[in-house]
Amino acid sequence: MPFVSQIAHDSAIQTATGLQAGLKNFARASFGRLLDLLPGLIALVGAFLVSAFILLTLDADPIKAFSAMWSGAFGNENATANTLTKATPILFVAIGITVAFRGGVINIGGEGQMITGALAGSAITLSLGDELGFWVIPLALLAAFLAGGFFGAIAGFLKAQFDVNEILSTIMLNQVAVQLMNYLLNGPMLDPTKVGTNHVPETARIVDAAKIPRFRLPLADHLLFDRTSLHWGLILAVLMAVVIYIFMWKTTFGFRIRAVGYKERAARYAGINVKQQMVLSMFLAGGLSGLAGIVQVLGLTYRLKTDGSPAGFTGNAGFNGIVVALFGGLTPLGAIPASVFFGGLLVGAQKMQREIQGASSLITSINGIIVVFVVASQIFILRRARRRVGGEIDAQTILPTEETNA
Amino acid sequence: MSNLATKRDVEPVLQMRGMVKAFPGVKAIDQVDFDLHNGEVHALLGENGAGKSTLMKVLYGMYSPDAGEILLDGQATKINSPSEAIAQGIGMIHQHFMLVPSLTVVENVALGMKSSRGYRLDLDDVAAKLEQLSHDYNLSVNVHAPIWQLAVGEQQRVEILRALYKGAAILILDEPTAVLTPGEVDDLFRVLRQMTAEGHGCIFISHKLHEVLAISQRITVLRDGRLVDTIETEGATRAQLAEMMVGRPVLQNYQFPPLNAGTPRLTLRGVNALNEREEPGLIDVSLEVHSGEIVGIAGVSGNGQRELAQVIAGLRPATSGTLEMEGTAIERLNPAEIKDLGLSYIPEERMEDGVITEFSVAENYMLRDYDSTKFSRNGVFLRFDAVDQACSEAIRDYEIKTPASSTKVKSLSGGNIQKLVLARELDRNPRVLLAAQPIRGVDIGATEYIHQRLLDEREKGTAILLISEDLDEIQLLSDRILVMYEGRIVGEMKREEVVLQQLGAWMAGATEEDPAPAFA
Repeated sequence: MPFVSQIAHDSAIQTATGLQAGLKNFARASFGRLLDLLPGLIALVGAFLVSAFILLTLDADPIKAFSAMWSGAFGNENATANTLTKATPILFVAIGITVAFRGGVINIGGEGQMITGALAGSAITLSLGDELGFWVIPLALLAAFLAGGFFGAIAGFLKAQFDVNEILSTIMLNQVAVQLMNYLLNGPMLDPTKVGTNHVPETARIVDAAKIPRFRLPLADHLLFDRTSLHWGLILAVLMAVVIYIFMWKTTFGFRIRAVGYKERAARYAGINVKQQMVLSMFLAGGLSGLAGIVQVLGLTYRLKTDGSPAGFTGNAGFNGIVVALFGGLTPLGAIPASVFFGGLLVGAQKMQREIQGASSLITSINGIIVVFVVASQIFILRRARRRVGGEIDAQTILPTEETNA
Repeated sequence: MSNLATKRDVEPVLQMRGMVKAFPGVKAIDQVDFDLHNGEVHALLGENGAGKSTLMKVLYGMYSPDAGEILLDGQATKINSPSEAIAQGIGMIHQHFMLVPSLTVVENVALGMKSSRGYRLDLDDVAAKLEQLSHDYNLSVNVHAPIWQLAVGEQQRVEILRALYKGAAILILDEPTAVLTPGEVDDLFRVLRQMTAEGHGCIFISHKLHEVLAISQRITVLRDGRLVDTIETEGATRAQLAEMMVGRPVLQNYQFPPLNAGTPRLTLRGVNALNEREEPGLIDVSLEVHSGEIVGIAGVSGNGQRELAQVIAGLRPATSGTLEMEGTAIERLNPAEIKDLGLSYIPEERMEDGVITEFSVAENYMLRDYDSTKFSRNGVFLRFDAVDQACSEAIRDYEIKTPASSTKVKSLSGGNIQKLVLARELDRNPRVLLAAQPIRGVDIGATEYIHQRLLDEREKGTAILLISEDLDEIQLLSDRILVMYEGRIVGEMKREEVVLQQLGAWMAGATEEDPAPAFA
């Protein structure tokens, strides 16, 4: 959680400045963080109230609906595992979105980057899996990272060199990636056994050795998450969150990216190559989305397949990652709980739908309401911050308050 | 106008009593009283952060006060927004003009007002009325010209016209002379005198003592959000006002050791460069700054000073000519390489270029050298301990007022931010220091400090190029003064030979060969 890490960080600073003052600041900082959380909690309550009203008008019992949602998301081991599995690709994408946002680039291309990453990784796995066995996994991850990164870097390059709006270019590149996937999965990469049949677009299954192992947590009396779909991809995502946090806040590379994101002119003045940072942050964002794509294939579906629709393979993880990144305060560590929350919403909604026999569009809209409320609460927090300083707000302020590291 | 004139001197048209406005952690203004009569210029004087702007923003409805009352014509009133302030006859001329450059004067005035012709624009009516006003008040402006074609002084007249058009009886002018040439200042003062003669009341916010003494009838001084005193201008002296502002006697002159110039450290020969609009911004500029010497660039802002600084720092390409630092050609180097040759740069727009306000004091302190071995391990991992230590030393050495090195820069005052920039740039032990508008928006105390540091740097042998619109500052610190006008260097004077009239004439466009002063 961002505020936890920040508190930890604050306290680390303060050992130097004196323990007593440190404790006092610590208490004040903690209280401040709690206050910052309040709008988010109110937003959640508000979202559930509005949703409850909608459910009531449709003669559904909101209590029943939401308890179904909760139990569907976290009610038992299996439900929790499903939630975490759902959260995994979203978390990868969200970490990448964080990097791009911090670098002042808005990446809407998570979908396309996931797809190119998955395509490259799958191609490597299918062609080398037999020979390399387990060792094809790191190779596939690397290929996916590079392919997704390259796809993201295209938009970064266009922005840096020709001032092409990255929102537009990434959205259009999404289409390019979808069509590329549809072509490859119906042609060159189609499962050879399905050629000539009435097939869905999919590759052959990957070899067993190339599968990312299931994740089991040994407890005193039993294995937690035994017989569930949860895989080590989640752990990899959490690790990446930590790595990216260190990269962004503890290294000169991250310092450059953040400087460009907050104030391009000051960064230029400081001697930072602004264009380079734009390409780099989009490369990293794309690379992380690429990992999201390949981890889905190697950890969950064991083959790359789609139904031909834009979200056929990604399940919208590339877009959901944006919401999660914002919800997580645009910090990699904040994205971890945010992605679990969002995964829970998606998975819980399925059970809710079964329980109340509602239309799937109803469930989608309830999720939408929750997202709108939560994002609105972020804007409320920003406004409050603005009033606090009594200054004016500009586009740069869309970024949340910076974590202090020194 | 007549109804305004008849009310003059009966009672204050405006009274503010016991105004309090607190922001978290600070009381921006605390129990401040202020009043204004029709027909007077009442100056509001104080250092940055003294509460002048806050008090006026309360009056103009931009902030709601925590306590205190506002009386207009003796009636208690509440002003909740700028539009309510305008409706009650209060106009404000902001320091940064609120005009749309691509629209004409008339369109700017009509902007945001209801048209008298319903959905059709009534620009002709507005134009006619504006022309009448501009005639009445001697505010010559071509009302059909687009704003971008107007000089700064003219744009300010448009702002005043707009306020008058909207029926302002009380006019608040926030640092109105900051952007004007000496000649334009005289014009503005003429307009203000005419307005007060017509019965308007003007509030003149400034920290320039001589202007305040020249234009106002009364002066109110604020310090740290509190009222120091309100005095009659007649009989007041600069030293007295400065002491009221700062709270202690102020140095009026610095120790200026004799020039001990060494070898040239920065040399420009025939440099040309384009400005933002792709027009020639620097034309055939040649200059030389020696070790131990301060060269001042005087001129009204927008005459190529910014381009000059950017070209030297590598932020703007020179289209022709050569630039050298101690024999090394720098015209093809990038900002980082020039920085590493020993150029320190205090940028003109401190908040845009100099600091990243969302970053902490320490992060800003390392902004120029974050990847040096001093602040990073192998240029990769940041050494926060080292940064913190160096920054804490700088905070102490440069008397930067900040709660901690981890505080965000945006919560620091302008003067302290500038000291931070100064600390960062000087602690690098520069060979050449480029200081652009180093005291803009900085209070007297910090100004004194910054100037002293620049002189210390001169003693140490650093070559200093000082760019400033503030002629007082240029005169005070420079060994040589160059004047820029429309991208060219039009005149040069040694410290010993300075003739103020001549400098003013050059700044207004007279050439060295044609020394006839454009104004006196």
